[in-house]
Amino acid sequence: MFERKPLLGFAGDTLASALLANGLTLAGRSFKYHRPRGFLAAGVEEPNALFTLGEGGRTTPNVAATTTELYEGLVARRQNAWPSVDFDLGAAISLLAPLLPAGFYYKTFMGPRRGSWMWYEPFIRRAAGLGRARHERDPDRYETRHAYTDVLVIGGGPAGLAAARAAAAAGAAVALVEQDSALGGMLLAAPATGALEDWRTELERAVRAMPNVEVLLRTTACGVYDGNTVALLERHDHERPDAGLGKAREVAVTMHARAIIYATGAAERPLVFGDNDRPGIMLASAAQAYLNRYAVDPGRRALVATNNDGAWRSAIDLAVAGIAVPILDQRQHVEPALQDAARRVGIDVRTGALVTRAQGRRAVTGALVAHNGSARVEHLACDLLCMSGGWSPTVHLTSHTGRKPVYRDDIGAFVPGGYAPGQFGAGAVSGEFALSAALRSAAEAGRAAAHYCGHADPIGPTPPPQVADHPFTLEPPRACPRGAGGKAFVDFQNDVTTRDLALAHEEGYAAIEHLKRYTTLGMGTDQGKTSNLNAIHLMAALRGVGIAEAGTTTFRPPYTPVSIGALAGRSIGHHFRPIRRSPLHDCHIANGAAMIDAGPWLRPWYYRWAGGDAAAAYVNEMRLVRSAVGLADISSLGKIDVQWPDAAEFLNRVYVNGFASLPAGKARYGVMLNDDASVLDDGTTARFGEYRYFMTTTTAQAAEVMSWLEFLLQTAWIDLDVQVVSVTDEWAGMSIAGPRARAALALALPEIDAADAALPHMGAREFEVDGVPIRVLRLSFSGELAYELYVPAGYAIALWERLLERAAALGIRPYGLEALASLRIEKGHVAGLELDHRNTLDDLGLGKMAARDKAYVGRELRARAQLQAPGRWSLVGLECLEPSARLRGGAILFARGEALAGHGRGYVTSVTWSTELGKYIALGLYQGGLRHAGEEIVCAYPLKNEQVRARIVSPMFIDPNGERLHV
Amino acid sequence: MATGPTGNDGMLRIPCPHCGERDYTEFRYGGDASKIRPPHGTADARAWQEYVFLFDNPKGAHLEYWQHVLGCRQWLVLERDTATNAVGKAHLARSQGSP
Repeated sequence: MFERKPLLGFAGDTLASALLANGLTLAGRSFKYHRPRGFLAAGVEEPNALFTLGEGGRTTPNVAATTTELYEGLVARRQNAWPSVDFDLGAAISLLAPLLPAGFYYKTFMGPRRGSWMWYEPFIRRAAGLGRARHERDPDRYETRHAYTDVLVIGGGPAGLAAARAAAAAGAAVALVEQDSALGGMLLAAPATGALEDWRTELERAVRAMPNVEVLLRTTACGVYDGNTVALLERHDHERPDAGLGKAREVAVTMHARAIIYATGAAERPLVFGDNDRPGIMLASAAQAYLNRYAVDPGRRALVATNNDGAWRSAIDLAVAGIAVPILDQRQHVEPALQDAARRVGIDVRTGALVTRAQGRRAVTGALVAHNGSARVEHLACDLLCMSGGWSPTVHLTSHTGRKPVYRDDIGAFVPGGYAPGQFGAGAVSGEFALSAALRSAAEAGRAAAHYCGHADPIGPTPPPQVADHPFTLEPPRACPRGAGGKAFVDFQNDVTTRDLALAHEEGYAAIEHLKRYTTLGMGTDQGKTSNLNAIHLMAALRGVGIAEAGTTTFRPPYTPVSIGALAGRSIGHHFRPIRRSPLHDCHIANGAAMIDAGPWLRPWYYRWAGGDAAAAYVNEMRLVRSAVGLADISSLGKIDVQWPDAAEFLNRVYVNGFASLPAGKARYGVMLNDDASVLDDGTTARFGEYRYFMTTTTAQAAEVMSWLEFLLQTAWIDLDVQVVSVTDEWAGMSIAGPRARAALALALPEIDAADAALPHMGAREFEVDGVPIRVLRLSFSGELAYELYVPAGYAIALWERLLERAAALGIRPYGLEALASLRIEKGHVAGLELDHRNTLDDLGLGKMAARDKAYVGRELRARAQLQAPGRWSLVGLECLEPSARLRGGAILFARGEALAGHGRGYVTSVTWSTELGKYIALGLYQGGLRHAGEEIVCAYPLKNEQVRARIVSPMFIDPNGERLHV
Repeated sequence: MATGPTGNDGMLRIPCPHCGERDYTEFRYGGDASKIRPPHGTADARAWQEYVFLFDNPKGAHLEYWQHVLGCRQWLVLERDTATNAVGKAHLARSQGSP
């Protein structure tokens, strides 16, 4: 369907060829001036014919119709016009064109006051621009994969085929990628019957018959990266992939090749003359492709304008097909043999003839032609104007490796400025435009690449295919005489004209990289494939320097646009990253838990027994723990088994406090610093035997701490006899907390002696219940009497259910992460929000923990004067002073009466409603910390325009003497 | 630096002495391996300051730590060219000093 009308085409058609065959020549409106545009090219270099494909969530804007393979059910529409391309109100802008030169937006909309650009920008963006993306979820499936090969051949034209054949004949595994739907490259544009096509068919058959060649069609090499890694994009639209069957629409492939052969060919350049953008003006090679490959008459009366031999082949094919063709070659002298060949098929040959301006508006109707040595300007009528300004090797990919292209005068174009190790050029990309020379270089590249991968050539060099040849010469494009009139476009997609280039030159933006940014030349979705070299030629002429001196731009990936979907692959939604589930996960779901993401973990947020939403539930869960007993899952804590003779010494080094004297049967709270003295993590370590320790870390820092301990043991302290192993997944953890915790344990696990004498505060014991090991640590995060129980993960659910069932009479219930975090705020325990790798031990009020009589990681840099300065932002408690207001995390703290501006004196890190105090409380960092205890301050939250009064207090809001812990 | 058919031409594949050649995404970077950490207990703050904060930024050959976090968990010392990303040999960090 094309714009709600059915469209007929043939298999093998592109959207562009089908539309041309249906008589549609108006492909869209231009970006800035809304000028009518047709199809300039027949391939990836197309700047004009950008369409929006698909509907709803499948909408893909800005797709070149010239590379869109036609398939049944394709839905397409033109863009950048309202109400329609055929009648576009925006075209009124083209009447203002003299007022819209390069830099116009910057100059006009920047003043008179700051912010002007912000005001104007949305309007400008709506008037200009391309297709629109949609907000719906894309229902298609995208994938990513890795692939490996010896030799990757990029490009399936004659050079790519010849290179693949040579490399495979030498024994290398070969992957041949071609962005098109067929192999053959430029040969596909040759007449559909004849010797050349027979030869192409035979070469393709020979390559496909080789068992060690994999051919990937509809696959674009988008970027080349270090280590001969190439990003490929496979497209499967033509198969109409069904996501429900697991079929991917696009696959992003990371190809690891040992060697790369670039057989990327060359692209034809436009000529620059007045109104060279009228529909019906196209590249000569494009006209030839539409004629021969797609059997479409691109016009009935053609003109071919050229400065080189290449376009003569197109002219001859057009003439043979019965299309009237005068050929206008700007060169005075053209090879007589070529002229004879053209005249033999009835072509009107004119040399020394320069097209200065096209005529027609919505379609080309003719051209003005100047003749060398004559002031006479001739008018020639036409409905198709084919142009050729020479050929530019496709050097984009070789440039991705950081090698600047170099200019070659003889072909008037840039070629790769060398190749990285293991990379080779084949054919037109290296400037070999004559077919036989291209094939020779390709066969040589194939052999060299195979050899690089360690494959000797067992049967001797493969002779290059023999084929009839045409030499190639050109003359640099000649500038149009001044006063020829019309707009001469250099960059069609971004509407950059020769006048814009002259203006950029005048205003000092003459360097190519500056020119590009000032005029936006080459910055469209086509990345200047048809415009870069013409711009460099023109700027070099304006500056009066050579091309090499004028320089070139830097090509960056991707070569052609890549959909975001393909880059994301399957990493979308909940597949964005791995999810870690506690061994108790199913139990939580069954118990009515609402789950929440906590880093990679999915944890119980609150339980529905306590309320219908988090705000209602967590305070009920807090009250349960403060008044009776609750049970929480703490399996996500990092758990590290530390063993062997030097374990005590090792722990004593990594924790700021002493661990050398920790006796078996006891646990100790400890804090670790980074080398720069910021706090890394806190946690507890229990000693269960002479050489056996069990460390826990915070959930957030578990991986970091593990890696850090391994770093120290493997790089710096290799003399220490210690082993560390992560056992996070092996042990489930649960916390039973509240004044009735001991009674609950006695009911559920009578085998365990949890009496205060046997298991005092900070005691750590191992038990066996029904043959299952249980580790019990009496320590508290909430400030209540509490025990942490660790059990092998497979027994987690059994223990959890036993605790809830047997202690049911005590009112035990599960509580979630929200209550867990709120209880610790009341007790003044720091956690992840305070341990942000910026705060020091002293900032967090933990300075007294640090041992004075031993070395520990971070000790020396902790002593730095700035880290000990009294004005540092350090930990405080905050009590809300306004009964009807609330505190908010992230609020900025100001002294009372101070202007509410700037970064303030600190900020709120953690907030909760305190069930014990009946008010909002918070932890935060404040300049000078607790030396301001008792002062009233202001908590400002500019996003909601709130200011709330609060008082600085001790962060230990409840039970400061720890009486509840020692019952 | 090894180049050519049997070597590693880029940093994207790291030769782990235990696990063989693996994609770099299995590893975590650990900084300059030519720097020597002051012995534990060194009381000279300046030595620590240099170790923690002052780095050369060489163009070319570089020795660096990488940990095979999704493999054997070993910290390696790897040769890498910072200009070309060509990867050379790797050995276990714990075996440094021994032949």
